[in-house]
Amino acid sequence: MGDALLEVKDLVVEFKTRRGALRAVDGVSFALKPGEVLGLVGESGAGKSLTGAAVIGLLEPPGHIAAGSVTLGGERIDTLPREAMRKVRGKRIGMVFQDPLTSLNPLYTVGEQLTETIRTHLPVNQAEARQRAIDLLNDVGIPAASRRLDSYPHEFSGGMRQRVVIALALAAEPEVVIADEPTTALDVSVQAQIISVLKNLCTEKGTAVILVTHDMGVIAETADRVAVMYAGRIVEIGPVRDVIKQPVHPYTMGLMGSIPDPQGGAERLVQIPGAMPRLNAIPVGCAFNPRCQMAIDRCRVERPTMRRIGATDVACHVAGPAETTP
Amino acid sequence: MLAFLIRRVFQAVIVMLTVAFISFSLFRFVGDPISTMVGQDATIADRQAMARELGLDQPFIVQFWRFIAKAVQGEFGISYRVGRPVMDLIQERLPATLELAFCAAIFALVFGIFFGVYTALRRDSWLTKVVMTVSLIGVSLPTFLIGIGLIYLFSVELKWLPSFGRGETVKIGGWTTGFLTESGLKSLILPTITLGLFQMTLIMRLVRSEMLEVLRTDYIKFARARGLSDRAVHFGHALKNTLIPVITIMGIKLGALVAFAIITETVFQWPGVGFLFISSVQSVDVPMMASYLLLVALFFVIVNLTVDLAYFAVDPRLRISAVATRG
Repeated sequence: MGDALLEVKDLVVEFKTRRGALRAVDGVSFALKPGEVLGLVGESGAGKSLTGAAVIGLLEPPGHIAAGSVTLGGERIDTLPREAMRKVRGKRIGMVFQDPLTSLNPLYTVGEQLTETIRTHLPVNQAEARQRAIDLLNDVGIPAASRRLDSYPHEFSGGMRQRVVIALALAAEPEVVIADEPTTALDVSVQAQIISVLKNLCTEKGTAVILVTHDMGVIAETADRVAVMYAGRIVEIGPVRDVIKQPVHPYTMGLMGSIPDPQGGAERLVQIPGAMPRLNAIPVGCAFNPRCQMAIDRCRVERPTMRRIGATDVACHVAGPAETTP
Repeated sequence: MLAFLIRRVFQAVIVMLTVAFISFSLFRFVGDPISTMVGQDATIADRQAMARELGLDQPFIVQFWRFIAKAVQGEFGISYRVGRPVMDLIQERLPATLELAFCAAIFALVFGIFFGVYTALRRDSWLTKVVMTVSLIGVSLPTFLIGIGLIYLFSVELKWLPSFGRGETVKIGGWTTGFLTESGLKSLILPTITLGLFQMTLIMRLVRSEMLEVLRTDYIKFARARGLSDRAVHFGHALKNTLIPVITIMGIKLGALVAFAIITETVFQWPGVGFLFISSVQSVDVPMMASYLLLVALFFVIVNLTVDLAYFAVDPRLRISAVATRG
């Protein structure tokens, strides 16, 4: 992957507790090409948000990167000193959070927060920053941008605030944007708009996106590739079309089976029996083996490594070529 | 905004009248002012003449009405004890109390906010642990004990600072100030610490807990994710949000500084209105006591009004709702 913009290799995120370290992200590797949209999906607690936080260097203590590396444009960024990493944040990697209602500081106008961000990263004066802020608000589709610049966050609706958040994340034209559940807190009617704003802007500016979500619909619409996470590990990663149409890993198959299909008629939704293991009780071998109907003895002993099956990489001993899926 | 102000001033008048009424009626039970004034061997006729002269033979309501009517005109009567107008006595003593309360307020605010922010940002440093432990002492020790302890250490043992009085003062117009002489400034140090320490530790603990709360919010995380400098995040974004709830408490606490000055002034023989009040209690000087309580009530009312106005300056959400309720 010589052309990768962002490369995450064997990333391990641990939380130190009194009873030893909890591994919340365990050996995650993926690469992101410039302009590519990578979806990170999984259940709550699968470690997808933590992976995003680790990449941008915003893990909250006691969480920390215990092993692995994060490389941006050929330079390791996980080992950068605080101040150098601060300059990467916002300038080279932007971030969009889940809840637009709480992401903006209530005491500053939208314009103040935009110009502050712009002037932190770009050598412009106040007037230029203000003009750029107006352009950004226009870009994310906020009507009467020059007038709205002096409004406070509470004067915007939820969808409009998320547009402002996106404008802030893109203020210094970063190479990568990490969007952590950007639509989860929004009305369904607004979700599609926000996703299309994010997608269009990133395509236009050539920004790569890591889209963290549990919404497969959003992934199907937006992502180029998708990584499925389970218990802190990536179980399957590949082009979005292949993973959705022909999932190979038993967990991915279960996940796809649990999505209602409008054309599918009255068929019962498939459930995966059991629940994801707690971090202090992750099974030996494949983390999914207790819930897996295809599990063999080997799955309970040996942790599977990534194998290429068709167009996707899969961490499974059993999964065969695509024909084996029904 | 104007309607809001008028409403608040109206409320303030009611508060003042209530305080006046309560204090005036309470002091009737403190004792008989005449017996302290005329002495043991006065005849009953003397006493009655004195009572008539002071208007004490009138019913309570009439006495209260006269007091209010005169107070509105800025006349608070004659002190029974000293025989001079109460207003003059208070005016002489007020600068001492106000300067002390002002210094204590600045001391409490500056160090309270500074240590609060420091202990919130450097949660695990040894200095934080020291400050937090010492602050417990500040909260739990009574004011007079702190004052006596300071006097013992800095005046008796080290002989650095004076143990009582204001030192030399300079008179500017009707205002005597201790700010302009060295001995005046030196005399301020110990009383200021004594009076302000409790408020300082309170403000510090409040700022710390609010700051920790704010630092966990999403907008602080987002501010970090935007790559803003630590300084901008901590002082631009976090501190400003911290101060909103802190302003309320501080307002009430700073009003209390003037009221609590009584103890500090007594310990340090500080010639302020609190000291004057204590002397008045001993001789049942009703006009003096009632005027003093009115003065303290006035401070609270002014401080609270200022706090409400400060909200408008800090929090834009209030400005909008004020416009909305007006229109």
